[in-house]
Amino acid sequence: MSNYETLRREAGARWDALNSSQSPLIYLGTASCGRAAGAMQVLEAIRTTLEELGSDAQVIQVGCIGPCYLEPLMDIRLSGRPRVSYGKVTPQKVPRILQSMLVEGEPLPKLAVGHFGDEAFTDQTGIPRFFDLPMLRPQVRVILKNCGLIDPEDIDHYLAHDGYQGFVKALSMQPEAIIAEVQASGLRGRGGAGFVTGKKWEICRGATGSPKVLICNADEGDPGAFMNRSLLEGDPHAVLEGMLIGGYAIGASHGYVYIRAEYPLAVVRLRHAIAQMREKGLLGENILGSGFSFDITIQEGAGAFVCGEETALIASLEGKRGMPRPRPPYPSDKGFHNLPTLINNTETFGTIPHILRNGGEWFNRLGTPGNAGTKTFSLVGKVRYTGLIEVPLGTTLREIVFEVGGGTEKPFKAVQTGGPLGGCLSAEHLDTPVNYESMQQCGSIMGSGGLIVLDESTCLVDLAHYFLSFAQNESCGKCTPCRIGTRVLVETLEKIIHGQGEPHDLEVLSNVSDTMRNTALCAAGQAAPNPVLSTLKYFRSEYHAHIHDKFCPAAVCKDLFEYRIDAEKCTGCGRCIPVCRSEAIRGEKLQPHEIDVTKCAKCRACIEVCNFDAIQGVPVSSTVERLDVGTFTR
Amino acid sequence: MYKDGYKSVFENYSGAQDNLISLLQHFQKQSGYISQECVQEVARFLKISENHIYGVASFYSQFTFQKPGKNHIKVCLGTACHVQDGQLLANEIRDLLGIQSGQVTADGFFDYQEVACLGCCAQAPVVEINGQIYARMTTTKLMKKLSEYE
Repeated sequence: MSNYETLRREAGARWDALNSSQSPLIYLGTASCGRAAGAMQVLEAIRTTLEELGSDAQVIQVGCIGPCYLEPLMDIRLSGRPRVSYGKVTPQKVPRILQSMLVEGEPLPKLAVGHFGDEAFTDQTGIPRFFDLPMLRPQVRVILKNCGLIDPEDIDHYLAHDGYQGFVKALSMQPEAIIAEVQASGLRGRGGAGFVTGKKWEICRGATGSPKVLICNADEGDPGAFMNRSLLEGDPHAVLEGMLIGGYAIGASHGYVYIRAEYPLAVVRLRHAIAQMREKGLLGENILGSGFSFDITIQEGAGAFVCGEETALIASLEGKRGMPRPRPPYPSDKGFHNLPTLINNTETFGTIPHILRNGGEWFNRLGTPGNAGTKTFSLVGKVRYTGLIEVPLGTTLREIVFEVGGGTEKPFKAVQTGGPLGGCLSAEHLDTPVNYESMQQCGSIMGSGGLIVLDESTCLVDLAHYFLSFAQNESCGKCTPCRIGTRVLVETLEKIIHGQGEPHDLEVLSNVSDTMRNTALCAAGQAAPNPVLSTLKYFRSEYHAHIHDKFCPAAVCKDLFEYRIDAEKCTGCGRCIPVCRSEAIRGEKLQPHEIDVTKCAKCRACIEVCNFDAIQGVPVSSTVERLDVGTFTR
Repeated sequence: MYKDGYKSVFENYSGAQDNLISLLQHFQKQSGYISQECVQEVARFLKISENHIYGVASFYSQFTFQKPGKNHIKVCLGTACHVQDGQLLANEIRDLLGIQSGQVTADGFFDYQEVACLGCCAQAPVVEINGQIYARMTTTKLMKKLSEYE
C-alpha cells in the first residue's frame, strides 16, 4: 500500500504545482459534444493566439462539465485568480478573450458565463459562480464530480482527486465486507433494470465455477442518451477503479469493457487510461503488491442495440450474433463461456469508488428510501439548457425539466424517458419523483437516463412510429412476438401517419402491444411497445386527429398538413423566398407572401429562416381551394 | 499459408471464435469494408465456415461488404435528432445524392449512412462528415457544407 501513498503524493504535488503555477491555465472542453460544437477549431485558434501574444499559458483538454448548450466551453485561470468560464466560444472570439484575460488581466463579464471562485469575485466582476447557474444549482455532483475539471488523459489528475483511494480501501477489506458496503449503499443497476448491485455481487461471488469474469456494459445503445460516453470521456479512471473493486470483491481476475464503436473518443480515452494504470502498477499482476491480479480488455461493439441486454452482450463478446437467451441461468451463474459473470453498467461501476471511499451509508442518504443516490441523465430535446445532469433520485420531473432544463420555448407537451423501451409522460406527471418504481407505474421506465423533452412541435404518433421502427430494425429476430409484433405495430402506425388510419387500428395497436409485453423473450421485446402504449394512454387525442380529422396538429406527418403563411404575421421581408428550393413561395416586398402548396416539399427551410413564426401547418385543403391558391392571382 | 497482410494480424490473436468480431473490425478499419477475400482468410484462421462469418457480420450494422465512397456522410437519427428534424436532413441528402442509407454514389464520391445515435444529443440535430460532427444542423447549413465537397 505504501506504493499507493507514493503515487498519490507525487500526483498531488504535480497537481498543486499546476495550480500554483505563474503561467495562465486554459481549460477547453473537448469531449465529443464540445468537438461537435467546434472545440477543435477553438483549440487551434487558442494555439495561434498564444503564439502571437508570446504567452506561456498551458492548455488542458478536459471532458464535458455538463451544460452542453454552452459548448464549446473555454475556462481561463490566471495565477491567483479563479477560473473564468466562457461559453459558445468561436475561433473569432478567442483573440479578444485571450487578449483581455492574458494581456490586460481583465475578465470579460459580457462573454463570461461563470467562474469557480467565491462570492467576492462575483461582487467584483458581476460574473455569477459557475455552479450557481440555473442549470447547475439544483444538481448534486457525485459521479460527475471530476468531469470537466481534470485532464482525463492524466492519471495523476485522478489520483490527486482521491483517485484509487476506494480501491486501496477495498484491498484492506474482506470481499464480503466490500459487498456488504455496496449493499448498504442501496445502489441499484444504473443500466435501467434497477437490480440491487450488492445483491448481484453477492450471488456472483457465491456462484461455483472458476475463473469468474467481470464485464462493464458500455454499449449505450439508447438513442438520445450519452451519460456513459460523457463519463468515459471525462473521467475514465472512475469506471476502471469501480471495475477493480468489483473484480476483487467477486474474485475475478479478468474484466471486459464492452463499448459502442460509435464512441471513438471514449475508446481512445479508455485505452489510454488502461495503459497509464499498467504503468503505475494499478493493473496486471500483483497490483500494488497486494497479491491481487486483474486485467482489463476493451471490446468494441459492432452496432446492435440488443447487445445492451446482458445475455446478448455476452454472446457478442463470444464472437456470435448478439441474440439474447432465456434466463435463468443468469449470467452471475453461467455467463461468458458459462463462467460466473458479473455484468454491470458503466455508471454503476463509476459510482462504486465513491461508495467505498465515503461509505455505503453516505450514498444511501442521497436520494430517497429504496432509490438511493444520485443518477445522471442526458437532458435533451426542446429544453433551453441541454446537457448532462446529475440529480438525487426522487427529484421530480418538473424540477428537472423546468429548473435544471430551464423549460421549453414553445408550450411543453411531454417528456420521453427510458429510451426506445420507455414511454412519453404528459404534463400531469410532472410532479412525479423520478425513480425506478414511479416511472414504471406511469407506464414508462427510468432506463439508463435519457430524458427527451418535447414541445408542441413534436408529433407523438410520429414519435411512436420512430421508436417502433427503431425496435423493428434492432429486433434480433429470435422470438416471434418481437419480430412480428414490431412489424405489425410499424405498419399500423405507418397507415395512421399517412392518413389511412381507421378507428379499429387503435385496437390493433393495443392488442399487439399487450401480446408483446407478455410473451417476448427479453426485456427489449417486452418493453418495445411502451412508446405506443404510453402515447395511446396519455395522448390519444393526437391519434384521433390523425385518424378522424386526417390532420397532424404538430405539422410533422407530411401527408396530414400543408403550410400556409399567416398574412397577419408575415411582414413580407422576403427571407424565405431564396431558401425555397421548390420555388414555392412568392410575394412582393413588404406584402404578405404566399406558399404554392402544390410545389411545397415541406422541407421547412422557410421556417428555419422566418423570424416571425408566420409559416404554420394547417389541415390539407380540398382540391378546389388548392387550385385557387396555386394561381397566385390577387 | 495466409495471404499477405493477414498473417501478421492473425499473429496477435489466439484463433478462438471469440476473436471473430475483433478481427472483422480490424480489417474493416484497414480497408473500409469486409472483402470476400477477408472472409475466406478469417474463416480459415478461425476454422469456421464462411457462411458462419456472413451470418455474424450481417447481424451487426457496423459491417459493410461494399467498398465505401471517398467521403462519408452520416446523419444521426437518434431521438434527440429525430425530434429536432433530423429526418428532414436525411431526406435532403437522399434527394441530393440519389442514394439510400447504406449506399455509395455511382461516382464513388460519397457514401451515406443513417445511424442510430452519435451521442451528441445536446447539439441535435447532428451530421457527421468524414469523422467530423457538425452541431445544430439545418437544411440550409447542410447544403452549404456539402457544396464545399463538390
